[in-house]
Amino acid sequence: MSDFAAPRANSIEEGYLELMRKKRLYGGLTLLIFVLLMVSGFLLADSRNAGGFWDGLSHLLDFPSSVLSEASEKISLLPGIMWKVLPLLIETLNIAAVSTLVGGLAAVVLALLSTRGLAPWPWAIPFFRRCMDLMRAFPEIVIALVLIFILGGGPVPAMIAIAFHTSGALGKLFSEVAENADLKPVEGLSSVGASWMQRMWLGVLPQVMPNWMSYALLRFEINIRASAILGFVGSGGIGYELKIAMQWGQGRYDEVVAIFIVLFLTIVLVDQISSHLRQRLVKGS
Amino acid sequence: MLSVQSLSKAFGSKTAVDSVSFDISEARMVGIIGRSGAGKSTLLRMMNRMTDATSGAAIFEGENVTALKGAKKRAWQARCAMIFQQFNLVPRLDVVSNVLHGTLNRQPVLRTMFNLYPKADILRAIEILDRLGIAEHAAKRAEALSGGQQQRVAIARAVMQDPSIILADEPIASLDPMNAQLVMRDLRRIHEEDGRMVIANLHTLDTARRYCDRIIGMRDGRVVFDGAPDELTTRAAREIYGADESFSESATSTEIEALVEREIPERPTQAVSA
Repeated sequence: MSDFAAPRANSIEEGYLELMRKKRLYGGLTLLIFVLLMVSGFLLADSRNAGGFWDGLSHLLDFPSSVLSEASEKISLLPGIMWKVLPLLIETLNIAAVSTLVGGLAAVVLALLSTRGLAPWPWAIPFFRRCMDLMRAFPEIVIALVLIFILGGGPVPAMIAIAFHTSGALGKLFSEVAENADLKPVEGLSSVGASWMQRMWLGVLPQVMPNWMSYALLRFEINIRASAILGFVGSGGIGYELKIAMQWGQGRYDEVVAIFIVLFLTIVLVDQISSHLRQRLVKGS
Repeated sequence: MLSVQSLSKAFGSKTAVDSVSFDISEARMVGIIGRSGAGKSTLLRMMNRMTDATSGAAIFEGENVTALKGAKKRAWQARCAMIFQQFNLVPRLDVVSNVLHGTLNRQPVLRTMFNLYPKADILRAIEILDRLGIAEHAAKRAEALSGGQQQRVAIARAVMQDPSIILADEPIASLDPMNAQLVMRDLRRIHEEDGRMVIANLHTLDTARRYCDRIIGMRDGRVVFDGAPDELTTRAAREIYGADESFSESATSTEIEALVEREIPERPTQAVSA
């Protein structure tokens, strides 16, 4: 190849190599700090651990293996138990579905009210953002316990607790998606005299719907798990059964395994359906 | 040197490239012209192996490159640089890093992940950028550059590969006339000074005439013209573009001169306007 390096290029070369050296130095230092923090943090956590990490490590698999060995002995019983817990699973799924739907709809409103460039009252954006922060800050289980105390046990307190958290969590994600939406269609609609609702519904929703859908469906999966856990505190569904089985300990482990299997199969099913739905939404049927 | 033998590509029932054959015996600058949908891009993508051919072969220096797999395929791609219409740079990385991507095929993976390229490669990247007149942008992010500058960064990446062939897929279709001219001149210079084969898909006839030694015309996936620029008559051009009597070359021109003065003396053929 012919050599074209002009004297002008020398200063550029020097400058770039200097920049490179700096970048590498900073990168190396960051890596070093990261490793030191991880190691020192681990040592501190280990020293405060009641049992001791290294002694306990060898027993890590004891519980799962005793559960699995008992379940494998009674493997013929598993389908029967799975059939028995099916109504409870449906109750858990119902709690998750309703709370995702209610929370998701609230999240749409909150998201549009707190997105720069779309919000009808830009001065109120910080207010709606803090509302969503608050909704995310409370763990579902705390809200559920308070509601059970007031309303009594059952699926309704669980539903409200999960929906509350969902609207905060989804609202934040929805708003971040909407922030990246192209404003040109919205401008086109306002040029024909469309109202705020019309601009959002016809200009923004078609753009953000695929991403919103996939976040909502992911949230549905998370909520299935959350509603199963809320069963532990007495709001019905499959979680209650799981808690009883786990508390009984040896002798009921086949039930524990059966419940985990149906939960896993449910998540797989939801994942399959949601990816199918999303495909259709993005590509058109 | 390069021999394309009845290369075909079908997408479902639609044939995009239909049994294309040609030979290029020495490092020439070849223009492929035709309207959009004629199969020009698919042809180049098959040669670079980004798209697999349905049938046929491309033989380069005795090696059937359409049959290569795995590491050998990637090694061929390193020897057969590609330039895209939309530049296809990594927008958030700096210009020199983008040029250094031309060496990815011969660098260990870990080294490239942490941007630890050898000093000699960095210096060569800057030298190539300087040769193309954009060395002062070396440390900027690629997205901060104009379209014409980005395309020259893409050319620098291609040169960095030290390739035997440079394929250019509509390299000037998204550029303004001024930048289009600069980019075509750079491609021509690299062809003349380094002796590399350049095959460029071009929209417009006059660009192909001006910069290429040989023109291949495609229509509906087939080769309908193959010859020197001065063999390309108005009749042949109408055949390529499927146009009627009203077709005139200057009407499709993107050259500045063609807009200012419709007469360009050094044009090989002027009998094109109807």
